[in-house]
Amino acid sequence: MTEKSVPAKDDASDGKTVPTQRRSAGTATDSSVAVPAPAAGRGWLSSWGSSVLRLRELSVVIVVIVLIVYFQFSNSAFSSSSNLSNIANFASAAAIVAAGEVFLLICGEIDLSAGMTFGLVPFVMMAANDDGVPMILSVIIALLVAAAIGAFNGLVSQLLRLPSFITTLGTLYLLHGVTLKVSHNFPRPAPQDGWLMHILGASKWSEFIWAVGLAVVMQVVLTMTPWGSQTIATGANMLGASEAGIKVRLVKIRAFVIASTFAGLAGILDGVHISHSFDPNAGGNDLMFEAVAACVIGGTALLGGSGTVIGGFFGAMLLAVLQDGFNIQGIDATTFIVIEGVAILIAMVLNTQLARLRRGAKEG
Amino acid sequence: MTDEATTTAAPLAIRAENIGKRFGQVQALRSINLSVARGEVLGLIGDNGAGKSTLIKILTGFHQPTSGQLYIDGQPVTLNSVQHARSLGIETVFQDLALINTLPVYLNLHLNKEPRFGPFLRKGLMRRNARRYLDDIGINIPSINAEVANLSGGQRQAIAVARSVYSDARILLLDEPLAAMGAKEGGIILDLISMLRSRGDLSIILIAHNYTQVLDVCDRVNLLQHGEITFDKKTSETSAEELLDMVANEYRVGGSKAGDRGRYLTEIRDAKG
Repeated sequence: MTEKSVPAKDDASDGKTVPTQRRSAGTATDSSVAVPAPAAGRGWLSSWGSSVLRLRELSVVIVVIVLIVYFQFSNSAFSSSSNLSNIANFASAAAIVAAGEVFLLICGEIDLSAGMTFGLVPFVMMAANDDGVPMILSVIIALLVAAAIGAFNGLVSQLLRLPSFITTLGTLYLLHGVTLKVSHNFPRPAPQDGWLMHILGASKWSEFIWAVGLAVVMQVVLTMTPWGSQTIATGANMLGASEAGIKVRLVKIRAFVIASTFAGLAGILDGVHISHSFDPNAGGNDLMFEAVAACVIGGTALLGGSGTVIGGFFGAMLLAVLQDGFNIQGIDATTFIVIEGVAILIAMVLNTQLARLRRGAKEG
Repeated sequence: MTDEATTTAAPLAIRAENIGKRFGQVQALRSINLSVARGEVLGLIGDNGAGKSTLIKILTGFHQPTSGQLYIDGQPVTLNSVQHARSLGIETVFQDLALINTLPVYLNLHLNKEPRFGPFLRKGLMRRNARRYLDDIGINIPSINAEVANLSGGQRQAIAVARSVYSDARILLLDEPLAAMGAKEGGIILDLISMLRSRGDLSIILIAHNYTQVLDVCDRVNLLQHGEITFDKKTSETSAEELLDMVANEYRVGGSKAGDRGRYLTEIRDAKG
């Protein structure tokens, strides 16, 4: 529980989002619309919580649209198709990492090492390929290694009862060190040829399609399968969930595996797609915090027990639109980071206040 | 092994014979003899520290007794775990609810027992089931789609009970379901217990503090004192006054501080009378 709020703070001070004052005001207005609505509708307690949740996702979408309109008016280059595709591609890595991280946050855990898994996994793939393993098998091996990293994070934190904040802080450094070792701290070109690489990022929209696809699939898993309800139950009431026979540790370990695997996949996709090379310093903590911030902005509860993958996806879009919009406007980098921090703080505060309101509602 | 004299033709749903539990130096339960017939509602009262929660935890499979024997439907059993007890139809609703606040009512009612179609939840079926369960036992919930967090304490407790009943419970243990609940909220649960009692197929052990409520909904009442059952009567043959006297006497006999407590209880009784 607490371990989640800690990275959230780190994340805020680290700074990864970027609204202008005007934008953050927009966010506030938007969510304040969402807040009084439930309070007013206390009479029909029914479908109350879920409608708030939906509003929460909706509010992120609205903010994204408002931002796009705003940046469009201030600079027409913004909505050029090449720039919009830039944004979409820029957001994809964080959106994919967020899709996995949402599951962890919902069941009350966090993976701080996701950004380092992102960096390492492409090198595993290339190393396997160097040894003569066919590329498709190399990809599978690399993703299995990613899954194993998640399993390690999960097993250590669940069996040794370490807060995942601590466990994954350790693996963060460990994985980064391993990546620097195996790569000799040199980037290497990412393969671009063949159908496989086209699927894995070489085609123009492939990374974005992965991001959308994984967000949709994971949202379906979250809301329409036992897997999802077990995850929510574990995060909301671990004791109650285990009394009902849910294997809560397994649920958590599973979430760690998903988060790491997605981070590894994103590492491959992003290297192939964006930079056409694998950089040992790619991703890292910036990306990880960006993904966590995306989850929170999208409406995933910091205390676990509720969240939305689609919200995380739009959270990542929101961050990308802001960054790109500011770049186009030529705002200087220093100001930019300050605004980023403020924006994340506002999003976190709104989120926790809303959670409190929802919890308080039952007493009303 | 069994004391045949006490066993009637229809075996008792659950019977504890000389159950004792020792934690290191502490003898939490001395020798518990307790039984509940099929369809019977037994009220279990006793002061704090009398051993009620230890007894419940033994009956629910959480603790194993250090002496004595449990029988379910006349068969001797050793409950290894909560899961084992549950597989034998013993369901427990603890005071601190095992509900998931952020999930809707219908999912809570099916928690970890969801009907599935392939990998998917059959939400339509669950909603219909949930509606039927709640209607069957007369619980009024504004919407089965409501998140549990938005319901009142009584409604939440009722949903927890409903879930146990529909998990094929044959013996239901209710651990102070009325604690920290207002009269109206408690009424929901009392009505529910009365309703389950009238169906006659579920055996219930109700742990409670309020003697009047126990007398209202139970067939029989047992008093637990210092790790033993010291009082066992049909509710029709006793009264709140008698129960209070039993508890109060314990303190009158004891030392000076306990004596104060006894006077206090007598005052309560007088105030009620």
